[in-house]
Amino acid sequence: MNHSKQNITGTFSDEEEEIWNLLSSVNDPEIPVLSVLDLGIVRDVKINDKRVEVIITPTYSGCPAMDFIGMNIRRALIKNGFEEIKITHQLSPAWTTDWMTEEGKDKLKAYGIAPPVGKTFDKKYLQNLQVECPHCHSINTKVISEFGSTACKALYKCEDCGEPFDYFKCH
Amino acid sequence: MHSKPTNIATNDLVDFALFLADSSLIMGHRLSEWTGHGPMIEQDIAITNIALDLIGQARNFYQYASELINNQDDKKITEDDLAYLRDASEYKNLLITELPNADWAKTIGKVFFFSAWQFYFYQKLIYSSDKQLSAIAEKSLKEVTYHVKWASDWVIRLGDGTEESKKRMESAVEDLWPYTGEMFVAANFEESPKNSVSIDVSNIKNDWLEKVKLVFRDATLFLPNKTWMQSGGKNGVHTEHLGYILAEMQFLQRAYPGLEW
Repeated sequence: MNHSKQNITGTFSDEEEEIWNLLSSVNDPEIPVLSVLDLGIVRDVKINDKRVEVIITPTYSGCPAMDFIGMNIRRALIKNGFEEIKITHQLSPAWTTDWMTEEGKDKLKAYGIAPPVGKTFDKKYLQNLQVECPHCHSINTKVISEFGSTACKALYKCEDCGEPFDYFKCH
Repeated sequence: MHSKPTNIATNDLVDFALFLADSSLIMGHRLSEWTGHGPMIEQDIAITNIALDLIGQARNFYQYASELINNQDDKKITEDDLAYLRDASEYKNLLITELPNADWAKTIGKVFFFSAWQFYFYQKLIYSSDKQLSAIAEKSLKEVTYHVKWASDWVIRLGDGTEESKKRMESAVEDLWPYTGEMFVAANFEESPKNSVSIDVSNIKNDWLEKVKLVFRDATLFLPNKTWMQSGGKNGVHTEHLGYILAEMQFLQRAYPGLEW
């Protein structure tokens, strides 16, 4: 059995359904409003008898949250009666913010972090972007540093309301 | 040739993975020395983020190298053994990564030359016949793209800045230039005919040089004159600086073997 959430065909077993639901309650430790599904880091769930394998892909190579996220997934599954759990890290295809859900982007914005602008296949993301201020929605903003409080964010400032804010980089 | 570590069997693929791991680790470790000492908080955070990316990339390569060694020799070597228990002559990092940070201009120069090299190197390594190296390259390239951009902006800012910043950037370029040569000279482990996993490094030299020229033009800097190029890093022949880095980095594991957080 091997179903990924991307191609739900209505043939999801109850168990798979339950696991995907559980995963939607496991949050990123650094950005607790986002679940691991919102972030797009869960690539697949495989069930073989009692054995559950969750395949996740790291966001950034050195992201210290990854080990923590693996542990939290394991914990959520154990709490709900699953015993044999394997967390597999898969590097390729490399994680991209293109996999972040629209719902996730809305949650980010409500949390005060500007969501990624554009898609990675369009290399314009490396030029100067129009990033909307998550506080006052002005696009009169400027980059302060390409690197912010965590590997995935850049630091911006709004020229209208004067507030600094985090921008989740297109990656 | 340096002597091979007696307790670790090596082959070209392992050496190649270690070369990439060591270069990223030493660069990352050096940059982490800026933690809490950056010229302003945003740049302090930027450079430590870059250090973190590099150490993460190194970890991926070390994990792969240890897997290869273990499969071949039925050993139980870990990524930590490779990072913390090999001595300077076994390290294969590029010399430029071990040079002291000195001032901000020199640090920027190192990040710029090294990241631009990584940028073109990983673009080619993605097509390696080795799936894992290709996957790590694909992942790392995304991060390195931001490193090059950041370092390029700083080279321009300092080069085309005040009289003092220009002077410092010029002197950094002058000092670092002799360490850029070995990036484009293949070591034995990269050249082996059996080894279709690595890339032809002489191929990326031109791209790298064009990138440097482009940034230097905006930075109002000139390329240094042809000079004698340093080499040896890939073969374990290092500057005196590497030993000090290892002494600091490896102390804990050597004093308390197997210690974990």
